[in-house]
Amino acid sequence: MSTEQHEVQFATAPEGAVLLEARGVTMRFGGLLAVNAVDMSVRSGEIVGLIGPNGAGKTTFFNCLTGLYRPTGGQVSFAGRPLPPRPRKVVQAGMARTFQNIRLFQNMTALENVMVGRYCRTSAGPLTSIVRGPKFRREEAATRARAQELLGFVGIPEAGESLARNLSYGDQRRLEIARALATDPQLLLLDEPTAGMNPQETRQAEELIFRIRDSGLAVVVIEHDMRFIFNLCDRVLCLVQGEVLVQGTPEQVQSDPRVIEAYIGTSDEGETGDA
Amino acid sequence: MDVTLFLQQLVNGLTLGSLFALIAVGYTVVYGIIQLINFAHGEIFMVGAFGALSTWIVIGRAQITAWWMLPLMILGAMGVAVLTALVMERLAYRPLRNAPRLAPLITAIGISVFLQEVVRLFYGLIPGFPDAKAPVPFPAVQGVSGGALDLGGVVLQRAAIFTLVALVVSWTFLYFFVNRTRIGRAMQATSQDPDTARLMGIDVDRIIMVAFALGAALAALAGIAHGLQYTNIDFRMGFLAGLKAFTAAVLGGIGNINGAVVGGLLLGLVEVMATAYIPGTFGGSAWKDVWAFALLILVLVFRPQGLLGAKVVDRA
Repeated sequence: MSTEQHEVQFATAPEGAVLLEARGVTMRFGGLLAVNAVDMSVRSGEIVGLIGPNGAGKTTFFNCLTGLYRPTGGQVSFAGRPLPPRPRKVVQAGMARTFQNIRLFQNMTALENVMVGRYCRTSAGPLTSIVRGPKFRREEAATRARAQELLGFVGIPEAGESLARNLSYGDQRRLEIARALATDPQLLLLDEPTAGMNPQETRQAEELIFRIRDSGLAVVVIEHDMRFIFNLCDRVLCLVQGEVLVQGTPEQVQSDPRVIEAYIGTSDEGETGDA
Repeated sequence: MDVTLFLQQLVNGLTLGSLFALIAVGYTVVYGIIQLINFAHGEIFMVGAFGALSTWIVIGRAQITAWWMLPLMILGAMGVAVLTALVMERLAYRPLRNAPRLAPLITAIGISVFLQEVVRLFYGLIPGFPDAKAPVPFPAVQGVSGGALDLGGVVLQRAAIFTLVALVVSWTFLYFFVNRTRIGRAMQATSQDPDTARLMGIDVDRIIMVAFALGAALAALAGIAHGLQYTNIDFRMGFLAGLKAFTAAVLGGIGNINGAVVGGLLLGLVEVMATAYIPGTFGGSAWKDVWAFALLILVLVFRPQGLLGAKVVDRA
């Protein structure tokens, strides 16, 4: 599958500007403290990895950032502005995500899925849609063109007319990324983008994430595949039991004994996340 | 078999079915988005009919021959029905968005009774409006009332033509609206996965309002069609029509727009054909509802998801 020739323009923040600033984000479910006072900042143009054993609160943290959960404590700001925990505001501010379990609109075509992502950047209301004036038609055509362009960018330019559920697993993952990119984000949150992928697909995903970064976006990735994370990221946070255990460059995190212990565990039945 | 008679029954069945279908779409669209069976939808149909009547009274009974009478009555009916539906959604259903399923369902029944009573008690109090405690005559409108067309023995009432055309136009419109517009795509997305739709930046509350408004507009068309066909309307007309339309929506597969149309047409045909062709005790119009609901039971036993069933507003 050729992906090289599809270069796409994104509206981006100046390189190095702080985009996301999370301070003391806390999420408590009854007696369970799932995320405890997590700080994280992400700058434009960097790739940040979020690692940690299962149940460490990584996805919960993502859900707090994107407004799916209302954090019980802490603040999130985006591009210097406080970010209310409402999904729509989050997307409008410029943060989009993919999901650990693929959550595409299965009975819509790939192209339509990406077009849905354009919703927040377009404006045709019900009445405009009924009248179908020139402005409506122009916007609709632009939406379609942009969606097709993004399918090309993620490497599935010919998948447009297929229903999302008929795509291969790897292509569904790419489609989710294209749909998220359609919202014109400045920061992309990827929740286990390579889960269930074979090594070749993983390499392609890595290459895609680099290209997204090179287009000027910031990326935060949750992953279990350590080689993938340490290859990819400029900075890595290791979350254990809802708290940031270590953060730093891949080298620092990789060699930190506490990280190794958290993954391998002190008990006999601990599992390794790395190969 | 008498071919002319059969064709006549076919026409009658499709006409009745179109009426059911126009209402059924409202049940199915709302269900597809929020899994609510809006039992007050039959009353929206009734309110739409009264809206058309009111428009006619307000803008001049004398102008009945004017060509713009019908479009204005349609606009009036849709305006009143859509407004009622939106207010109902905002005040009654939205506060219950996260309540257990049973709460909005019972609320719907409450609204249904409320709307009937409002029309019954208060319609006649508006100066110049007729009392609505008993059936009210619906005006004959130039072009779509009276003067049946005779097509080689098959009689086609003008009101029937209006109903059929209304369905075809609405159906075509819905197809383009759902599949070819930004709002339509957002509706499909919301119906398939509301949480993800929200996370993709869709204003789900707005999409729900659009669903209610669409259903109400089509029900209003059905209200006019009913008034033209039966030449009178009354505050109770929404109950049975709503029940039949709901049956049609379930028959076709609730949540599926094409299903609602197919289910409506099929239900209309079954009622008319059963009345005309089933001999003896079980024939005749007294038994038509029995056959209609028997069909529903059969479909539910052998194909519980409905004829075209899927749980979503799947490709209009």
